Amino acid sequence: MKALRTIQRILTDFFRTVGGVTVLFIDIVYWILVGPFIKKPPKKDFIFEQMVFVGVRSVVIASFVAIFTGLVLAMQIAYQLQKLGGVLYVASVVAVSLCRELGPVLTALVVSARAGSAITAQLGSMKVTEQIEALEVMALNPVRFLAVPRFVALVMMLPCLTLLADFVGMFGGYIVGVHKLNIPSSLYVQISYKFLVLKDVYTGLLKSVVFGAIIALIGCYHGFKTSGGAEGVGRATTISVVTSYILIIFADSVLTAIFFFHKV
Amino acid sequence: MSEPIIAVKNLIKTFSGKRVLDDISFEVKKGEIFSVMGCSGGGKSTLLRHIIGSIKPDSGNILVQQKDITQMGEQELDHMRKKIGMVFQDAALLDYLSVEENVALPLREHTRLAEEIIMIIVRMKLSLVGLRGFERYSPAELSGGMKKRVGIARAIALDPEVVFYDEPTSGLDPVVAAVINKLIMDLSKKLGITSVVVTHDMHSVLTISDTILMIHQGRILQMGTPEEIRNTKDPVVKQFITGSYEGPIDFFQNPEIYVDDIVWGEK
Repeated sequence: MKALRTIQRILTDFFRTVGGVTVLFIDIVYWILVGPFIKKPPKKDFIFEQMVFVGVRSVVIASFVAIFTGLVLAMQIAYQLQKLGGVLYVASVVAVSLCRELGPVLTALVVSARAGSAITAQLGSMKVTEQIEALEVMALNPVRFLAVPRFVALVMMLPCLTLLADFVGMFGGYIVGVHKLNIPSSLYVQISYKFLVLKDVYTGLLKSVVFGAIIALIGCYHGFKTSGGAEGVGRATTISVVTSYILIIFADSVLTAIFFFHKV
Repeated sequence: MSEPIIAVKNLIKTFSGKRVLDDISFEVKKGEIFSVMGCSGGGKSTLLRHIIGSIKPDSGNILVQQKDITQMGEQELDHMRKKIGMVFQDAALLDYLSVEENVALPLREHTRLAEEIIMIIVRMKLSLVGLRGFERYSPAELSGGMKKRVGIARAIALDPEVVFYDEPTSGLDPVVAAVINKLIMDLSKKLGITSVVVTHDMHSVLTISDTILMIHQGRILQMGTPEEIRNTKDPVVKQFITGSYEGPIDFFQNPEIYVDDIVWGEK
């Protein structure tokens, strides 16, 4: 009986969250598309500020993760390819797997941990200190005023970061390939691009747009729903990061399946 | 007599089975300072949140400037909200904006005034609350009383007709509390702003109010001028004025069931 009730509770929570996030998403899209015609558009300063925060300030950590992923990836692949005698192809495997998979996913996870958590914590503490209510009383819609700039910033900046991570990761592979596996520098670059088609890059970027939307939606949703003081803010932040991690991994497999079966 | 600026009629609200507001009706006249007082958790803040449209009542009507806000959609509500100001208990200033930007926010968002004009208005409002020179401070650098004064400056930025105050003097030292009270009175007398003050600070209520509404356990106990409230016959109101722990509002355990209660817990 107790187990049943727990399952029931988890299911209601799940569907309530799905419903809430969907409503928030529709609201955000409404304010982006229709909003500027009926009210003043959101201040560019606020969007720009968020872009700096989620994008520019994430460059170092995203590059750090990417370069080491590239290094490790090259070594692991070389370990396998050495047995087959095709060490040369380390370059292309590194390039393709970074652009299609690791670049977008790892960058999204890094940004989620860094910016997604900050979004929830910030909006959550605004909620518990009545700042969100103050906005409403001033006739400022919190979704338009707070969620839209964060959503736009993440959807625009995550692909940029991903592109950067792809390059930096490939550079990591290049270091191992050229200095450790003794592949000539020009040959390494040539092999890298030989098997890398434009589709590999843009499917990766498409993924990162979706991941950016996930991070912003989940971060804002849990921020707006925060209750219960400082402890509530902590709880909301944890739930937000865990949920966006799960959703990013889940969305990644769904998108990969779509790209794979439709030969995109 | 002029039309009431706010009229509440038979307001009822129930939260999870408990009736928080029970058949509340009253009117606020234009330009007066109207205080709502009562115990903590007695329904004062809930009442305030109904009047600003944050909560919808179960039944009853709330008329602000003769328009029923319980029937309004979001857009109409937003239109109404531009004509009111609210000062929150902990000021609720946006903590990532400076003092100046906080006061300028409603002006920048709701008017098409030039930036120079907005800055003049901001300086004017800040000097009204005695905070010229603090424009560049962030809310975190201000004391509680200063935050509240910035909150007042923000609330009157758009020259509203009604300003709501949620516990304006709570958590402040007596001198700062007196300053805030003076401000509320000045705004009301000099600018003709109607003020609705929700508080349990008996001293300031009796000093500043034109009309006092006493709410207890979701019901109206008494409504009248400070003089009438002072000479009340109602034992609850009397206890509230004297601030005595003995009286009809009882926090102590009935001695007859005390032993049973602590041994056996709640039955």
